[in-house]
Amino acid sequence: MLLDLTAEDKHALENIASKLTTLKKQRRNLIPILQMIQKELDYLPRESLKMVAEHLEIPESEVYGVATFYNQFRFHPPGKHRIKVCLGTACHVRAGDIILENFERKLEISEGETTPDREFSIERAACVGCCALAPVAIIGETVHAHMAPSKVEGLILRIAIEKEMAEREKQKNESGQE
Amino acid sequence: MNPGKNEKIDQKFSAILEAAERRRKAFTETPVPKIHIGMATCGIASGALETKKAFEEILAERNVEAIIHPVGCIGHCYAEPVVIIDHPDSGFPPIFYPEVTAGKAQMLVKLFLGEGDPRFEHILGATMENDLIPSLMEFPRFNQEKRVVMEKCGHINPEDIYDYIAEGGYSTLAKVLQLSPDEIINEVEHSGLRGRGGAGFPTGRKWKLARNTVAQEKIVICNADEGDPGAYMDRTILESNPHQVIEGMAICAYAVGAHKAVVYVRSEYPLAVNIVTKAIGQAEELGLLGKGILGSGFDLEIDVFQGSGAFVCGEETALIRSIEGYRGMPRHRPPYPVQKGLWNTPTIINNVKTLASVPPILDNGAAWYRDIGTENSPGTAIFSIVGNVVHAGLVEIPMGVSLRSLIFDICGGIPNKKKFKAVQIGGPSGGCLNEDFLDTPIDFDSLTEAGAMMGSGGMVVMDEDTCMVEVARYFLDFTQKESCGKCTFCRIGTYHLLKILQRLTKGEGLDGDLELLETLSRDIKAGSLCGLGKTAPNPVLTSLKYFREEYEAHVKEKRCPALMCRALTAFYFDLDLCARGCDACATCCPVDAVFTTSNRKKGVDQELCVKCGECLVACPPEYDAVRKVSPPNLVPFIEKIPDKKEEGR
Repeated sequence: MLLDLTAEDKHALENIASKLTTLKKQRRNLIPILQMIQKELDYLPRESLKMVAEHLEIPESEVYGVATFYNQFRFHPPGKHRIKVCLGTACHVRAGDIILENFERKLEISEGETTPDREFSIERAACVGCCALAPVAIIGETVHAHMAPSKVEGLILRIAIEKEMAEREKQKNESGQE
Repeated sequence: MNPGKNEKIDQKFSAILEAAERRRKAFTETPVPKIHIGMATCGIASGALETKKAFEEILAERNVEAIIHPVGCIGHCYAEPVVIIDHPDSGFPPIFYPEVTAGKAQMLVKLFLGEGDPRFEHILGATMENDLIPSLMEFPRFNQEKRVVMEKCGHINPEDIYDYIAEGGYSTLAKVLQLSPDEIINEVEHSGLRGRGGAGFPTGRKWKLARNTVAQEKIVICNADEGDPGAYMDRTILESNPHQVIEGMAICAYAVGAHKAVVYVRSEYPLAVNIVTKAIGQAEELGLLGKGILGSGFDLEIDVFQGSGAFVCGEETALIRSIEGYRGMPRHRPPYPVQKGLWNTPTIINNVKTLASVPPILDNGAAWYRDIGTENSPGTAIFSIVGNVVHAGLVEIPMGVSLRSLIFDICGGIPNKKKFKAVQIGGPSGGCLNEDFLDTPIDFDSLTEAGAMMGSGGMVVMDEDTCMVEVARYFLDFTQKESCGKCTFCRIGTYHLLKILQRLTKGEGLDGDLELLETLSRDIKAGSLCGLGKTAPNPVLTSLKYFREEYEAHVKEKRCPALMCRALTAFYFDLDLCARGCDACATCCPVDAVFTTSNRKKGVDQELCVKCGECLVACPPEYDAVRKVSPPNLVPFIEKIPDKKEEGR
């Protein structure tokens, strides 16, 4: 499934194109360039791989081959709320996979995907380093320790409620201004 | 080349040292209280940022003067966020507080800094001997450790180079720049230091090989591509004391004659990347890196390369390929990287811990280092001990300590009164050892002999509730995904190993599966080029060897003795214990698999149940009615499950 580029993405791609011209056409720059694009856009759209291939004068398949080899690169835009479930050894021993499954069931997408409304995405994370708090899930920047299946529901519900409240607030403000 | 005594170096360094000591003196002598907060990734994950913010707010609100000193990680992950408060005027020594949340931070400022009451109930111990508070050194977690690499971690601010210099940092570099490279290499060789990346190759010999290679240019690489799930010591060292690694790199570069160096660190470690990059900049500013280091004729430039997360890139030839901009696939050796490495330049690759061991060794001498640890494995080992253990975290111990004293004395044993079952050492390349090996000394050779390996130093302790087949499946799942695909046996062999293990955990094992696992494992070991394939079957082979009856139960009885494999277990409620009308389990079930029986007790709809175990946790201890059994056909029939559609749902 290819999601269309948003206007913001297109703008960011233009920025990257101008940045690329300042970088040397060296093979060793390939991975740093891909990292730079991912940092800007949070993922590597197909168009960007083509740009990189043209800039470095190597086949697009080479760029794609390198990008898919490494775990860091993603080809789907992440959701607004990025859910990462730690599946390091300690979290696994304490049933991290059950947590992952609960998120997948609740959001009806599987790991590595984004919900069609781009609200949520689920990823698996390597050890985040707080093994004493296992199992752990990270939503956005917040680490949620000692996860349990019932907490999964609560967390997603909370995000939904917060969104609803923000919208109501917005509506109220808008109607107040009129 | 023997540079001999060089007064210019001494002069330059003593000027820097003086500045550092001046700052240190001002910091220690002021009567203002100092609050040290552990701010490495693990601390931040546990809420250190909120703790710090809470301290700042309450200090400003109450108008209390104190210095907040962010430090790295001390290794006691179970106690994060860790705070040490040094309040000289209170008459108490510096005090170590574990698990300081934002609320606790406010309370400590109010009561300890404000009224001089240290709140004894929250104290773990004092950081020095005194008459008032038990010292931390009375705990085995502290007094049985021997810190060489991590000595300064958690005490200094990793983002302040002067903090490191005031603790004796970079003095070794200043000293060795006045020695000949051969003298340095000899000293490292005599110390018996072995590479801490896992394989244990003698570091001195590696350096000598690199030194003896004739080339215009040589490169030093610090390997911080820590991909093992559950090992995080390299990250912690880089985040807590980056300068010790940089100093080690500079010494290595000087000894082998390199002028370029690269720190290869995973991009998944953003904090480590930032801190190392900043540290390199600070060292350059003070003339400890760059052109003509400390006025000598030695130049060194260090770059940071962010690895993109491929486990196989821990292998040195794969790491080199990935810096060159290709897929990180290992190649044949020889030629070894010391002959032909990055961009065909002789390259020497050392692990973070190896490089960080170098400054203390050259500072205290080879004999001092040889005194620590065992004959064939001198020095210390760092383990990240996780899993079912009370005091999880990073532990640095002298080599030769037994697994028993590490797990039970230092790390506090198994929580919840459970029994020890196995310990997995060395991550996906290591092996699972059972109880019989608890008295094995920890060193390179004993562990390899037992079928495990030192590996990266990840150690997972497992209690009786852990299924070994499932653990083997977990590690195979990891290596199978991470196999680069170059060698057929690794690429396809690990896939089939995984398929068989998945079959076993689902209760679909066939006769002959165990034998097939063994032959296939041996073939993968024989037919793979690099360490990943050669060691990937280790978790399977060792668990098969030491826990064979568990495998057999999966195949023959379709039973998981540890009650962990979900397809082989089932939950039900003991109706004699289940309380009428209680809804604790039903409300927490994520899939609505709990139904109410005709006498208002509960039953489990086995078709819907996903076996998450939430009901087991939710059932009030006074009823304790939830039972978990394996194989699933042991579940007693309760009554026909009411049709949900009829209920109007």
